[in-house]
Amino acid sequence: MAPDLTPDRMTAFVGMMEAVSVPPFERFYEEQKGPVLAQLRRLLGRHDADDAFQETFLRALRAYPSLEHGRHLRAWALTIARNVAIDTARRRVVTSADVPDLESVDEPLPYEELRRLTADLPEKERAAVFLRYGYDLSYEEIGDALGSSGEAARQATSSGVRRLRRKELS
Amino acid sequence: MTVSPELDASFRDAAAAEGLLDVAYDFADTPVGRLLVAVTDRGLCEISYDPEPERELDQLARGFGARVLRSPRPTDEARRQLDEYFAGSRRSFELPVDLRLAREFGRAVLDELARVPYGELTTYGALAAKAGRPRAARAVGTVMNRNPVPIVLPCHRVVGSTGALTGYAGGLDRKRALLELEGAL
Repeated sequence: MAPDLTPDRMTAFVGMMEAVSVPPFERFYEEQKGPVLAQLRRLLGRHDADDAFQETFLRALRAYPSLEHGRHLRAWALTIARNVAIDTARRRVVTSADVPDLESVDEPLPYEELRRLTADLPEKERAAVFLRYGYDLSYEEIGDALGSSGEAARQATSSGVRRLRRKELS
Repeated sequence: MTVSPELDASFRDAAAAEGLLDVAYDFADTPVGRLLVAVTDRGLCEISYDPEPERELDQLARGFGARVLRSPRPTDEARRQLDEYFAGSRRSFELPVDLRLAREFGRAVLDELARVPYGELTTYGALAAKAGRPRAARAVGTVMNRNPVPIVLPCHRVVGSTGALTGYAGGLDRKRALLELEGAL
């Protein structure tokens, strides 16, 4: 041991090592579960958020062995949650035309209004407007969700919005 | 935001059911106090007295992998057998044990320890001899002190050559209580 490694420095060193090492999953989960659920509720509403919550932490468990350090774990968890929300939203956009909306039974959600407004748009524009204004996703994320580019997503969104304005004026 | 107990429990079950955990653990309340009981896919890997979860989670993660999660279901069988043992209706445990962290001599000693029958006593020296190192009674004491799964691997049945209880990682009161339960004292 180096002669200048005083007990204080040793404590600081151990603290530093603990700060960057990957914590036991239990600790990670306990620290991130609240923020993850809050983000999923904001993105998806109460009903879908519960399913997405479980999926988020299962994905985190699958990826956990490949983590190399314990930094930025909050951001990492929220990124996984956002990706799960995008997948959930994509499935919902695909099916929402035919399937009655279950969430609305519990509580009215902000995107109910959007859903009604966009009901007559072409499918791609409807999905893009929905993801942009209902889920607050970026154009890049919408492009990912719809299997196209960010630019295509931006165009589909603005084209959808123009169509809604024309409809409103007429 | 608060995660409901139902949602929390459902994730903990799913994590185990999908086989994604290195270690699942939970707590068992017994006549000798609250125990932490941990299992891997190979078997029971830890029972600890007076658990301090913060420290123990780090140890489990270092030994078996970072995916350590409190998840009751995988520990159900071990906790059930412990309940039966403390109720007096079980004399031997039928549980696979994960001793991958035990080194050569330690492993040999623990294997011999597993054969010491319910209600009987043996000595550190006798166990050392059975494990192939008759003069290593003191080293056997160290192995007993670090026994990862006390009660199930019955280090409470090991006493000094004079018959003195000598020592126990969970404290001599517990050693005495277990031996009284088994009718050995």
